[in-house]
Amino acid sequence: MSLLEVSGLNSYYGDSHILFDVEMRVEKNEVVALLGRNGAGKSTTLKSLMGVVTPRTGSVKLDGVELASRKAHSIARQGMQLVHENRRIFGSLNVEENIILAGLTAPNRWPLERIYTMFPRLKERRTSRGTDLSGGEQQMLAIARALVRDPKIILLDEPFEGLAPVIVHDLVRACRDLAQAGQTIVLVEQNLAATLALASRVYIINNGHIVHEGSAAELKAQPGLLQQYLGV
Amino acid sequence: MINWANFISQCFNGLVLGALLALISSGLTIIYGTLGVLNLAHGAMFMLGGYAGWVAYTYTGSFLVAVVAGSLFVMIVGVVVERLIIRHFYTRPHEDQLLVTFGLGIVFVEAVRFFFGSMSQTVPPPGLLVGITNLGFMIYPTYRLALLGIVAVALVALYFVLYRTRIGMIVRAGIEDSVMVDSLGIDVYRIFMLVFGIGAMAAGFAGIVNAPVVSIAPDVGEAILVQTFVVVVIGGVGSFLGAIIGGLIAGEIISITSMFNPGYSYVVLFVAMTLVLVLRPHGLLGTAGRE
Repeated sequence: MSLLEVSGLNSYYGDSHILFDVEMRVEKNEVVALLGRNGAGKSTTLKSLMGVVTPRTGSVKLDGVELASRKAHSIARQGMQLVHENRRIFGSLNVEENIILAGLTAPNRWPLERIYTMFPRLKERRTSRGTDLSGGEQQMLAIARALVRDPKIILLDEPFEGLAPVIVHDLVRACRDLAQAGQTIVLVEQNLAATLALASRVYIINNGHIVHEGSAAELKAQPGLLQQYLGV
Repeated sequence: MINWANFISQCFNGLVLGALLALISSGLTIIYGTLGVLNLAHGAMFMLGGYAGWVAYTYTGSFLVAVVAGSLFVMIVGVVVERLIIRHFYTRPHEDQLLVTFGLGIVFVEAVRFFFGSMSQTVPPPGLLVGITNLGFMIYPTYRLALLGIVAVALVALYFVLYRTRIGMIVRAGIEDSVMVDSLGIDVYRIFMLVFGIGAMAAGFAGIVNAPVVSIAPDVGEAILVQTFVVVVIGGVGSFLGAIIGGLIAGEIISITSMFNPGYSYVVLFVAMTLVLVLRPHGLLGTAGRE
């Protein structure tokens, strides 16, 4: 049994049908990338898994537990975390409050020091309000907020978007450390090089349909696929 | 005749009214900030607090019991209303939310009119606070001075809950982004219910502690509702500190303008609100968080 099993997932925004019978599986300790052009349905897939968008039909099982009809807080308590595309940091709360808040209902939350070991910059800025952080610091905080809950699986939605290369480098390293430590990750990202460096397996989504599944190595060897679905 | 003694007295009246408006508005602003619902029944909650307290006072003769009963009753009403009605309107358009809360306000007012009639009722202040106090530069009703202190303590208590407790941390986060709070494993609907209850309780508390100053009547909440909306707009939607500043500004505007011509007090109040909207569209301390 896979850690995450998604089958027949259909999601809508109002009357607009966005996801069509999405099928995915993610094994424990695996890093899986979901690639596609803008508007292909990548973020909607992650939001549907997390319950931020309620799927109309289909099944999402995490560790064998059905999540598809549950609300986001219930899904979070089952061990899933979504790091949103726009980070959604609480600007009026400081760094430490953001992290503490995230861990409030987690049964096995990380100690703060473990978070600060992974992101020393956050320790330096622990009393700074969310609005006073740089983009890179906000992204670190968004990931830290997810990690403090010790999730079974993290969904990362465009974690490197709009960040300076040096910050991307640090974040890629942090993600690689997480992956090597056995953290299961689903990654949506436009930065193909960073994605293929992290992921072992890849799904390509196009117009709400999963059109390809394979290893990252296979995809690198198939420039035609990259050109056809990603335009690169 | 207008003289310095009158002016200072009116400034004090403005301070008392402002503190009261700040307390009521803080409830309204955290409800809107967290739930995204403009609660047009908030004025009726103020009225219900007054009546619940008056009933308790009639049976017990204790002002303290009246205050506790008025506050708790309205908190329970708030929790029940959120659970049974408001919850079904979170995803509905704002127009629907306005209509349902407006309708609830009418139901509360008419229910009170049905059971207690339209005549105004009074709750006397506690014996210790009857009479006047000589402040040296003027004499002032003792209960009004005490009311200032009572409301200040209530606001400090609310501040403590919002800024020094974990529940408050969740509420502040919820005001910014309730979806994200939910994504972090916190049942945001329970928080919504709590916030609605606390917001309603603030209005109910204000309703009963104000009863010795202004007689209670079924429609006493209507004027308060208009004033508190102006306060929330001036202070910034969702901002607790904004509600306090906005309340004090509105209280002074109403009181000082009334000294010259009471008919213009609302005109000046709305001019002030318009100026704030032009210069700072999100209010003095508001942010552009919620659409």
